[in-house]
Amino acid sequence: MALYPLPIARWAVAAVVVVFFVVLPLVLHEYYLSIINLVSIAVIGALGLNILVGYTGQISVGHGAFMSVGAYTAANLAVRMGAPWPVNLLAGGLMAALIGAIVGIPSLRIKGLYLAIATLAGQLIIEWTINHVTFISGGVQASIEVPRPEVFGLRVASQRQMYFFLLVFVVLAVVGTMNLVRSRIGRAFVAIRDQDIAAEIIGINIFRYKLLAFAISSFYAGVTGVLYTYYLGVANYEQFQINVSIDYLAMIIIGGLGSVLGSIFGAAFVTLLPILIRWTMEAFGGYLFSDAAILNIIPNMRLILFGALIILFLIVEPEGLNRLWRNVRSYFRVWPFAY
Amino acid sequence: MFDWQFFALLMSNGVLIGLMYALIALGFVLVYKATDAINFAQGEFVMIAGFVVVAFLFTYKTSLWIAVAVGLLAMIAFGFGLERAVLRKLIGRPIIAVVMATIGLAAILRGVGPLTWGADTKNLALPISDEPIILGPLFIPPIQILGAAVSLAFLGIFGWFFLKSRKGIAMRAVADNQQVAMAMGINVERYFALAWAMTGIVSALGGVIWGSLLGVDVHLSLVGFKVFPVVILGGLDSIPGAIVGGLIVGIVENVAAGYIDPYVGGGTKDFAPYVLMIAALMVRPYGIFGKRIIERV
Repeated sequence: MALYPLPIARWAVAAVVVVFFVVLPLVLHEYYLSIINLVSIAVIGALGLNILVGYTGQISVGHGAFMSVGAYTAANLAVRMGAPWPVNLLAGGLMAALIGAIVGIPSLRIKGLYLAIATLAGQLIIEWTINHVTFISGGVQASIEVPRPEVFGLRVASQRQMYFFLLVFVVLAVVGTMNLVRSRIGRAFVAIRDQDIAAEIIGINIFRYKLLAFAISSFYAGVTGVLYTYYLGVANYEQFQINVSIDYLAMIIIGGLGSVLGSIFGAAFVTLLPILIRWTMEAFGGYLFSDAAILNIIPNMRLILFGALIILFLIVEPEGLNRLWRNVRSYFRVWPFAY
Repeated sequence: MFDWQFFALLMSNGVLIGLMYALIALGFVLVYKATDAINFAQGEFVMIAGFVVVAFLFTYKTSLWIAVAVGLLAMIAFGFGLERAVLRKLIGRPIIAVVMATIGLAAILRGVGPLTWGADTKNLALPISDEPIILGPLFIPPIQILGAAVSLAFLGIFGWFFLKSRKGIAMRAVADNQQVAMAMGINVERYFALAWAMTGIVSALGGVIWGSLLGVDVHLSLVGFKVFPVVILGGLDSIPGAIVGGLIVGIVENVAAGYIDPYVGGGTKDFAPYVLMIAALMVRPYGIFGKRIIERV
């Protein structure tokens, strides 16, 4: 499978790179860049979860907890040892990969519903451990402040600097995932998803590849946790609770299971949705509701739209936004002929 | 020196709370037994039922019996509607689709509850006294006895329903093999809807009892997290399993909280059942009474 199926794809990719590396940071205000930064972080996490759920067909309701493992590993290293950010990032990812693989061990015996429940248990147990073991959580309200990362002696402090910092990792994650899924490993994942018994017969070691899928996916999650910690400047377990795991599952379902582009669409959509709701309510809500009512409406509206979108996509378009995008693209590719 | 009085108190509390967990777990088991669907929104069902009952009690000033009756009817209608609108369309899709649909449903309900009826905690007072009954070393709040009694009664009723009644037997046939059931002239879809409506009944009762114990707000849905350890321990498709699993979880969490909480500063109640559940998943994933069919990989 070639990376560029059509010649025009090269130009499209070049244009996207120029837009994201040159045009956007030049024209956008810091506030909008901070929103894009949130999307960037979500994209990395969604790609990781999609490797596990979309490509390998395993389910995890514990990705929020894997992120917190990465976040606290990095925060502890940064504060106690004064380690530089690349070490923290790698250590956070690897620690999350280790914990993820351990939580994934039940996937060797059980699947589907049981695996969902086992990873849910993983989420709750990790959350509890971080919250109650002061060695990890650092005591007061289980949050640890981390210093800003320094790149070549330059502190990444403003949102604009953070934008470039995160964008590098988004590119690494996107290219890495694209290459992973067309390698031997990625094909083994897809084989396990489609028919695990057949995969075993053609010589795929299911034991190894399932754990590998959990480890790679959790590595992405750990890196997401570390980056989010650097973005916020503080590691806090409340940022990684069960609702985060569900947010990420929603991203890949709305975006499209088993698709790199879908993960990006989904991450952007789910991150922007609450912001759009807030803007809309702040702009027009005043005409209809009191201020107190708006404060109640915004978070609840987000939950309702969220759940409704998950169900809607599951029923109407199981392949998600990615499929809608492909439909639009193929419509224009053969235009003006319908077939 | 082992404090027997303290231990007995923890045990009695665990047994009663455990039976109340069993009631909620029953809702999960009913749906799984008949339709093979996993309801991740069980706690939210309970919460929304609590909200409906409270709304009728306070906003429309009806008597408690009418409020509970309305809650029951609303949840039955909700169960039917849900099956019709969402779950029927997901038949034959991979298991993750149903799991995600119920997770989405949970999010909707958690939003709808506080949006419609306000985010503050509402007090659902039942006409029974708050004075604990003192039996030797034991202090037992009457609400827990009522909860345990309702729970046992409904477990008994549904047990009888599945073993003896015509509809119950048909439902077991549907659970066992949908195609054969269809060939025997059983309207499979109708029994799916019936299963969801029965879950609605159980959730409405759970909403009244848990709501009066904890107060009705969005946190009432957290009770749903206790369902998974209960059903995994007892067996996903077993009604006696729901009782036994409920008792185990109730006792373990109370005893663990009583002895471990002082050292770790709380939270053992939510933690211990899941550790136990992981152990059970490793050793006996189909549970104590569950059917032994589990897809091995």
